[in-house]
Amino acid sequence: MLHVADLSVAYGAISALAGISFTIESGAIVTLIGGNGAGKTTTLRTLSGLLRPSTGKITFLGEEITATQPHQIVARGLSHVPEGRMIFANLTVEENLAMGAYLQTDATLNAKNRAYVFSIFPRLQERLQQTAGTLSGGEQQMLAIGRALMSNPKFLMLDEPSLGIAPRLITTIFEKIVEINRERGITILLVEQNAHLALEVSRYAYVLETGRIVMQGPSHQLRHDPLLKATYLGG
Amino acid sequence: MSEFLQQLLNGLSLGAIYALIALGYTMVYGVLRFINFAHSDVFMVGAYLGYYLGKLVPPGTLWGGLFVLFAAMIGCAGLGMLIERLAYRPLRGAATLNVLITAIGVSLLLEYSGQRFFGAAPRVFPPIFPERNFQLGALIISTNQLVVIGVAVLLMLGLQFIVYRTKIGTAMRAVSQNPKAAQLVGVNNDVVISFTFGLGSALAAAGGILYALNYPSIDPLMGVMPGLKAFVAAVLGGIGNIPGAALGGLILGTVETFIGGSQWSTYKDAIAFAILIIILLFRPAGLLGRFTAEKV
Ligand SMILES: Nc1ncnc2c1ncn2[C@@H]1O[C@H](COP(=O)(O)OP(=O)(O)OP(=O)(O)O)[C@@H](O)[C@H]1O
Ligand SMILES: [Mg+2]
Repeated sequence: MLHVADLSVAYGAISALAGISFTIESGAIVTLIGGNGAGKTTTLRTLSGLLRPSTGKITFLGEEITATQPHQIVARGLSHVPEGRMIFANLTVEENLAMGAYLQTDATLNAKNRAYVFSIFPRLQERLQQTAGTLSGGEQQMLAIGRALMSNPKFLMLDEPSLGIAPRLITTIFEKIVEINRERGITILLVEQNAHLALEVSRYAYVLETGRIVMQGPSHQLRHDPLLKATYLGG
Repeated sequence: MSEFLQQLLNGLSLGAIYALIALGYTMVYGVLRFINFAHSDVFMVGAYLGYYLGKLVPPGTLWGGLFVLFAAMIGCAGLGMLIERLAYRPLRGAATLNVLITAIGVSLLLEYSGQRFFGAAPRVFPPIFPERNFQLGALIISTNQLVVIGVAVLLMLGLQFIVYRTKIGTAMRAVSQNPKAAQLVGVNNDVVISFTFGLGSALAAAGGILYALNYPSIDPLMGVMPGLKAFVAAVLGGIGNIPGAALGGLILGTVETFIGGSQWSTYKDAIAFAILIIILLFRPAGLLGRFTAEKV
């Protein structure tokens, strides 16, 4: 589905990614874990076209998208739920969802996606006319995911969906992520600092450290890796 | 009492013109976070387009007037989009100061091109709308005032509809709040920004013609003072806030007219700015502006 080769990204003189390569198979949940400043967000922002790499090549569904504009990347079926959620705070929940479907002109498909979003996050339906900025943190995360689903994605990237959310809600949100993958067949790239949880729900994992991939493998194996345990899984 | 009503009517029609210009400042600020100083010169070009187009239609007819108005709005929408494309888009992502200085440059370019092509001498604006005065008790209402208020109200309702009820309007608000997130849902921000310039410039053109109708002399520097006042109105209402710009314009126009008719008339501009300073002392974000704290 997605193939990344030798990707490097720099912010001015500061290098954030130093030639990473990885592949994501269709239908999988893949996770990218790593500590603060490892380059996870940078990776996602480059994949969605917000940042331009200095070297490397990104191929999505067999076509190169390295230099494609963000809105054209969304049109191809790659959707990004950004770090910090970035919902449109002054717009209503309803308008946020409508913005998610900005490129979708098929009314039947929109209605179907909307019904699906409400089926996994009934809370959003109850709060349709509420200004999004007044939602709780967990509800905002649901809205961010719902908004991304409205674009009818084939591939969904989530940047730290557990950030700043009550533990009970984190469980719900992760269950929904698994559900989205299983029921809609949407391939998922999950970025997390919470390595425990990420390795539990994913099939394959990459570990990023200061701009390099330092470890990779099936998630169930990495869960028992002594080195990873020491660094990310709290011993 | 009747003098009060008369002044109120004059003030509201001046205020409606300020409001139309202020909307352009505030919308562009909303999507790009900078003050488009060239906006007041688009207003001037609008008046000149009205002047030349006004010679093509028979004077004093409603349809002729509306045709001139509409054509000048389209012309200026094109000009606004062209300015954005040529002068501002190449600076996307550059420091705000660079963009501001460019805006001043574009403003000077338009003003001096105006002097070169239209001539520096003032011209009398043709009476493109029917001219009659109605007597309502002691109140005298001119058709021009009715046109100003009618057109301004219709345009503002239309704008309200576009911004709050259409897809492109929702996209404008989304880009204004979070341009990156807008890109991530598939908005082509360049298209939205271009549309915003077109919309604001069309309103400025309407403002220019309505202004010229009531103060029937136009010159290439005519935009400077109304532009400044409209900018004040936009800040007064809360820059970036659309209803705020309309409210700020109406307040400023009314206050200015009342002071202009009083013994302090020579200070009317100074007082307008003093009001701005006082309001901003108490409400730094403007009357309807809010400092939004985003949850992280
Ligand atoms: N806008 C920016 N300008 C300069 N440097 C940046 C910018 N954004 C990120 N960086 C740097 O790039 C590196 C990678 O940052 P990135 O945000 O990708 O990390 P991350 O893995 O997402 O971290 P976290 O888990 O804290 O979100 C860091 O060293 C960071 O300081
Ligand atoms: Mg991050």
